[in-house]
Amino acid sequence: MNSTKIAVIDYGAGNLRSVAKALEWAGADVLITRDPLEIVQSDGVVLPGQGACDMAMQSLKDLKLIHVIKDVVDRNIPFLGVCLGLQLLFDWTEEGNTNCLGLFPGKVRKFPAHDKIPHMGWNTIYKQGSHSFFDGIVDQSYFYFVHSYYVDLEGKPDAGCYTNYGVEFCSAFAFKNIMGTQFHPEKSGVLGLQLYNNFVNFVS
Amino acid sequence: MLTKRIIPCLDVKGGRVVKGIQFRDHRDAGDPVEMASFYDREGADELVFYDITASSDGREIMRDVVSRVAEQVFIPLTVGGGIRSVSDMRLMLNAGADKISINTAAVENPELIKAGADHFGSQCIVLGLDAIRSKNFSTHDPHWTVRIRTGNAGGIEAGLDAIEWAVEAVKLGVGEIVVNSIDADGTTEGYDIDLLKALAQVITVPVVASGGAGIKDHILEALTNGKADAALAATIFHYGTYSIEEVKEYLFENGLPIRMNLDNGNGKIR
Repeated sequence: MNSTKIAVIDYGAGNLRSVAKALEWAGADVLITRDPLEIVQSDGVVLPGQGACDMAMQSLKDLKLIHVIKDVVDRNIPFLGVCLGLQLLFDWTEEGNTNCLGLFPGKVRKFPAHDKIPHMGWNTIYKQGSHSFFDGIVDQSYFYFVHSYYVDLEGKPDAGCYTNYGVEFCSAFAFKNIMGTQFHPEKSGVLGLQLYNNFVNFVS
Repeated sequence: MLTKRIIPCLDVKGGRVVKGIQFRDHRDAGDPVEMASFYDREGADELVFYDITASSDGREIMRDVVSRVAEQVFIPLTVGGGIRSVSDMRLMLNAGADKISINTAAVENPELIKAGADHFGSQCIVLGLDAIRSKNFSTHDPHWTVRIRTGNAGGIEAGLDAIEWAVEAVKLGVGEIVVNSIDADGTTEGYDIDLLKALAQVITVPVVASGGAGIKDHILEALTNGKADAALAATIFHYGTYSIEEVKEYLFENGLPIRMNLDNGNGKIR
């Protein structure tokens, strides 16, 4: 069997190395790319990201990748958004009052100021629903977060994880071929690697 | 619930964790990758690497160390020591570091904080605050000053008030402060709790306590009375006084939010 080819979209937002390493650990053949054809021809696509949502949307626009991402999702190619990559999947973000990809209903808001921002460190996830992306992930386990904005989910996914930090927010979700995590699975030890493993299994 | 973090700190020189370290199971425990993996398995929440040579050769060796650790250890990595420019930062981040800790370079060129935060985000930029009690220190009127070039025998005075400098650094864009008490460092007599308390009153980003941990109660005190978000320690972990697991178990028993369940349901689930 050929190995699973996963494209990690390189749009200039942060360090992709740890994401690529974790996917390789899970057995994938990883291609870091911004080439539309390479992205669409992959078995699975990962949208990582750090930094600001408005800047990231602008980069995706400049690189003409918005339609590529929508095309990937329409073609039922498994798609994973990580951290900022998760936030970009929703309709709108308060960060720079920016419209995002609109692949799943929800809005991205800034954390209320009464807690330390960014929300940084290991926090508990509460699981709901069922999707193979969350296989082997124990309810109330810990994942590593670094973010100042959170997803306020409006649609109902097949499965989701929720986390509390002043507000209850969507820390991960899976709906058909679209998956996303607000936390960094590539920085969350064995359980994070399990998620990449699940994604690679879902793809293949 | 957001947990309190326990962070072992590894000093690196010439590509090895500095000698004199002897911890269980590994008599030659000088390899950074082995030690990082070991601490990861024990439940370390993050790892900090300091390049104590901090020369340009050292930087290249450090880049290689970070890159080899990042191949195998999937928890957050902070790198510090001798980082003086945005391109130094980029080198380490591309090698696999998640955060960059700066001290001397930030004091000498505060704009470096802003430049780093603009390029990579505040979450990437950590202020290493090396603070010492001022000569006329009293608990009624406590003051600390900042030291730089602390790689060399305690360093030199920077001419700054530690608390004021920390506030300024947050304004410039640091996303976290590792506060190292020079008075307490290596004494194993406890963190400088007054310093941690003073920072907690004015600092809006996470504060990591460093310097002085000798017993588990010291760490507990830093995270409760000292209101620190994380505790960094070297001596007690490297010399095997306590394992990370023992420390976390103790903190958990004392009611602190601690990441205990590390694996896929085969380990401890609380």
